[in-house]
Amino acid sequence: MLDIRNLHARIGDKEIIKGLNLTVPAGEVHAIMGPNGSGKSTLSYVLSGKEDYEVTAGSVMFDGRDLLALTASERAAAGVFLAFQYPVEVPGVANMTFLRAALNAQRRTRGEAEISTPDFLRLIKEKAPPLGISQEMLRRGVNVGFSGGEKKRNEVLQMALLEPKLCILDEADSGLDIDALKVVSEGVNALRSPERSMLVITHYQRLLDHIVPDVIHVMHQGRIVRTGGKELALELEETGYAAYGADAA
Amino acid sequence: MSAVQETVAQVRAIDVDQYKYGFVTDIESEKAPKGLSEEIVRYISAQKNEPEWMLEMRLDAYRRWLTMREPTWARVSYPKIDFQAYYYFARPKAAPKSIDEIDPEILKTYAKLGIPLRERDALLGIENTDRPKVAVDAVFDSVSVATTFKAELAKAGVIFCAISEAIREHPELVRKYLGSVVPVSDNFYATLNAAVFSDGSFVYIPPGVRCPMELSTYFRINEKNTGQFERTLIIADEGSYVSYLEGCTAPQRDENQLHAAVVELVAMKDAEIKYSTVQNWYPGDKDGKGGIYNFVTKRGDCRGDNSKISWTQVETGSAITWKYPSCILRGDNSSGEFYSIAISNGHQQVDSGTKMVHLGKNTSSRIISKGISAGRSNNTYRGLVSAHKKATGARNFTNCDSLLIGDTCGAHTVPYMEARNASAMFEHEATTSKISEDQLFYCLQRGLSQEEAVALIVNGFVRDVLQHLPMEFAVEAQKLIAVSLEGSVG
Repeated sequence: MLDIRNLHARIGDKEIIKGLNLTVPAGEVHAIMGPNGSGKSTLSYVLSGKEDYEVTAGSVMFDGRDLLALTASERAAAGVFLAFQYPVEVPGVANMTFLRAALNAQRRTRGEAEISTPDFLRLIKEKAPPLGISQEMLRRGVNVGFSGGEKKRNEVLQMALLEPKLCILDEADSGLDIDALKVVSEGVNALRSPERSMLVITHYQRLLDHIVPDVIHVMHQGRIVRTGGKELALELEETGYAAYGADAA
Repeated sequence: MSAVQETVAQVRAIDVDQYKYGFVTDIESEKAPKGLSEEIVRYISAQKNEPEWMLEMRLDAYRRWLTMREPTWARVSYPKIDFQAYYYFARPKAAPKSIDEIDPEILKTYAKLGIPLRERDALLGIENTDRPKVAVDAVFDSVSVATTFKAELAKAGVIFCAISEAIREHPELVRKYLGSVVPVSDNFYATLNAAVFSDGSFVYIPPGVRCPMELSTYFRINEKNTGQFERTLIIADEGSYVSYLEGCTAPQRDENQLHAAVVELVAMKDAEIKYSTVQNWYPGDKDGKGGIYNFVTKRGDCRGDNSKISWTQVETGSAITWKYPSCILRGDNSSGEFYSIAISNGHQQVDSGTKMVHLGKNTSSRIISKGISAGRSNNTYRGLVSAHKKATGARNFTNCDSLLIGDTCGAHTVPYMEARNASAMFEHEATTSKISEDQLFYCLQRGLSQEEAVALIVNGFVRDVLQHLPMEFAVEAQKLIAVSLEGSVG
């Protein structure tokens, strides 16, 4: 599904990703852990096509396509979804309007017909309640006045509607209390499927108790420095990232 | 290149060259000689077979105008206007007597304009049963060329006609109200208008009548170097209601064309007037060449108790906009509203806002202004809220938001407030924001194109105002906003 080879990327003059290799097969959930400043968030932006980040070397193949040749919206339509650490507010645009605009924009890019109003409403009715998203939240401006938990749940709702092939979750647990964390992880787990890969970026082991990964990678100074099974998270919880040269957290 | 930088680059590249109403209609026209003099004022009056009192009013205005100076307090800059370089009167040859006699070229022009469609249909005599009927008065250069649905309106007692016709047919009403809201010597441009106004619309709604359809005027400047000075007078008598729409376009020309209109509204006891404008005059090209100079005086007088006047405007055109639709809240419990969207792109300069003058007791006013600046434009909100000593219980709420696209444009807010009594309550909120990289990226990551993302964000920004436009007009305005910002888009 995702195959990253010798990726180098920088912002301005500062190189942040320094020769990263990573392969995520279809249907697998991979976690990326690492200390602050190791380049985890940068990786998520580079994969989703945020400008300001310049790829200086390497390749990224996604679902058989050269991902780096696509614009951000083309990547979205091709099935790359980034659940933001800090979802952005869009005042005056009803959440519902935004969801539909996004879904239809992706469909148009893929050469598919736009979704009809009844079909869209049916879809929302099916996907929103399990995430505890009320009608009122759907009418409000996108993320405007949402609590931290509501924002994260709203990201998962978008993910459920857009049905991406690759979900990148950037610090999906930040700002969540334990109940909200459960709702979000259940939402994410419900989306696990043999056709869908996930890249779960997190600082802490806590999230991985709820979203159990198939593989864990440790990222440090712009590279993957270690790869292992889920027991690696527990080890990191014990020892911290000090072994990789990071300051004790 | 970052998304915002790219947006800015695209604004520069495309911006106002996209003006799609920039065609010229080839029709023969009669013009008064260039320039302005007492003879020209007399000529205009004679062309319209005006009564003596009207000529006197014009001459009085002209003489006063000679002693006045152009105002310079607005935040706009332009080369000095040579008022002798304009034609003050032009009209299509062979003035039409009925809609069937209108030059087909003019009808084609209105057909080409497309916005608003129902006006064109009405002008072309197409009755579309899917859409509510709208009566239209079309003003081409200096002359009103067609007014539709007159007979049907007359049944309700509503008078809707060209003001030149009203001066001849309803002199008692015109004499009583013309200049009663915007006095002859009000300001430089209003005085010029009083001297040379050529045509415009006149509306009278009798007591207790709810006007059975929307009324609309469509203004079009066609002739080169022609000033357009239209004059609109709307009177809503006791307990009546009217909703009035105004649209404007002009051809694309290298020279600046002058437009100085005056609109007067009078709302008697318990009456309500809703006045909506979509202003789309030619804004000039990407280097700031050409475009309309738009110096407009619009004022409503809530003369009777419990009366209400509401201004809604979507301003996207003109090289220079100088416009402050205002309300005089004279009657007790009267209320005034001002909802505005002003978009500037390219080299456009907008200085616009409102005045809410509270004179009666328990009067209230509400101002919602949304300014969007892109390209190298400057967009200023200028507003006055004042409460007279006797205006006890006066209330105002003002909200001014500015949105910047790119880093070569400017947004300015200049609010004035004067409360002369202790019971007045004024609230003012203002924000300035930019479309952020993060907002754009968020939308792009969800699959929206750059163009769709900017349109979505801007439409969200102006939503509070759009919802005050009549339904169909709102849809057109939404499209116009997207077109005006094309290029700040992808």
